[in-house]
Amino acid sequence: MTGNMEQSPISTDAIIIGAGPVGLFAVFELGLNDVKCHLVDILDRPGGQCAELYPEKPIYDIPAVPVCTGAELTERLLEQITPFHPHFHFGQMAERLEKTPEGKWRLTTDSGTILEAPVVVIAAGGGSFVPKKPPIKGIDAYEGKSVFYSVRKMEEFRDRKLVIAGGGDSALDWVINLQPIAKHITLVHRRDEFRAAPDSVMKMRALVAEGAMDLKIANITSVLGEGGMISAVELHDEHKAHHNLACDRLLAFYGLTMKLGPVAHFGINLHENLIPVDTATFETNVATIFAIGDINTYPGKMKLILSGFHEAALMAKKVFAYIHPDRRYRFQYTTSSSDLQQKLGVSEAA
Amino acid sequence: MRIYCTDMEGTEKELVATEEWSVMEIIREGGIPILAQCGGSCACATCHIYVDPAWKSKIPEPTEEEIGMLDGAFEVTQDSRLACQIIFNKNLDGMKIKLGPGSI
Repeated sequence: MTGNMEQSPISTDAIIIGAGPVGLFAVFELGLNDVKCHLVDILDRPGGQCAELYPEKPIYDIPAVPVCTGAELTERLLEQITPFHPHFHFGQMAERLEKTPEGKWRLTTDSGTILEAPVVVIAAGGGSFVPKKPPIKGIDAYEGKSVFYSVRKMEEFRDRKLVIAGGGDSALDWVINLQPIAKHITLVHRRDEFRAAPDSVMKMRALVAEGAMDLKIANITSVLGEGGMISAVELHDEHKAHHNLACDRLLAFYGLTMKLGPVAHFGINLHENLIPVDTATFETNVATIFAIGDINTYPGKMKLILSGFHEAALMAKKVFAYIHPDRRYRFQYTTSSSDLQQKLGVSEAA
Repeated sequence: MRIYCTDMEGTEKELVATEEWSVMEIIREGGIPILAQCGGSCACATCHIYVDPAWKSKIPEPTEEEIGMLDGAFEVTQDSRLACQIIFNKNLDGMKIKLGPGSI
């Protein structure tokens, strides 16, 4: 686990917020323009929505790729940007953006990573993926004290009477990992079927059969307790019966949802949670901050991966002017330019 | 053709419905905010709705995939569906639905 200790700043040319398909392709376009990048993403892997929402679903509208899955698109983009050696900072939320005395941008993540660059490119799609919170009245008062949506320290759950909610891999993985150290675990899920690795489901069922844990088929309708400390959850089963289940910790895993998050406080103009941009450069109202992909808006905008790729190319041209003010922009094709081919590592001379 | 959609505040709104559109698209086009984060590919649960029981028999049963995705919604009942998975046709003219938790 990364602590919250602030680390010494890392300098680069451009900070890309979001490692989805558009953020990844931005590395390519910036790379051709001799702009080096660091990427920050709250997920623990590249791909954004392609990785989180539809890794196995087919995409049919990528030019010249009749069909590929979200996972395949991500893999191919990673392969395509390999020559540019991007640096990734996964599992981190871009939290604070400020100007340094030298006029660069300083981005600080929630893990304490500090990146400094003259240019910031926001390619954050629908925002940050954050855990879904159950719509239970008053649950906020318990969050971070006795109700959690992720496990930061396993010790937090040692000797606890723990309720884990959910029916996916996260819920089952933590049931299996925490069962040896918790005092008692009850898994609560709305139905007696689980969308998780068959091996995990088998292990969980074995623990239930041994009497090492409980499984309740129900919805959690309220939390009881005082001063942020939970004492029970109220369950509502399929027969509409209510009953209380005593516990002192609740871990809820209902999947992820997208929220704009700290980007809203970066000081750039927003329109209905989207970032208006100039369509010649994809720059925001703040010079040297760009926005590409699903997170931007302009007349005629279509939220397609395809649009994001186009936006990345135009953005890169303007970024080149900021990063290399002494150089003249030269429009070139990868097919014919030995300069670009050298950058891609495909030239005969290389 | 119409459908009647009750939002999270309990206000019912009449929406113009187009054949072959998903109910999610009809809701969005009708100006009722609905997250529908994955864009209608049955890959999230942010278009959770309740279908009025009187109309349920006119709609094909949910697929295994849809039932699985509903694990990511809240207060799921026998009437819960993902609006992106219900394709509107003329037999559904007048259908009543209600937005569910997690859809806004």
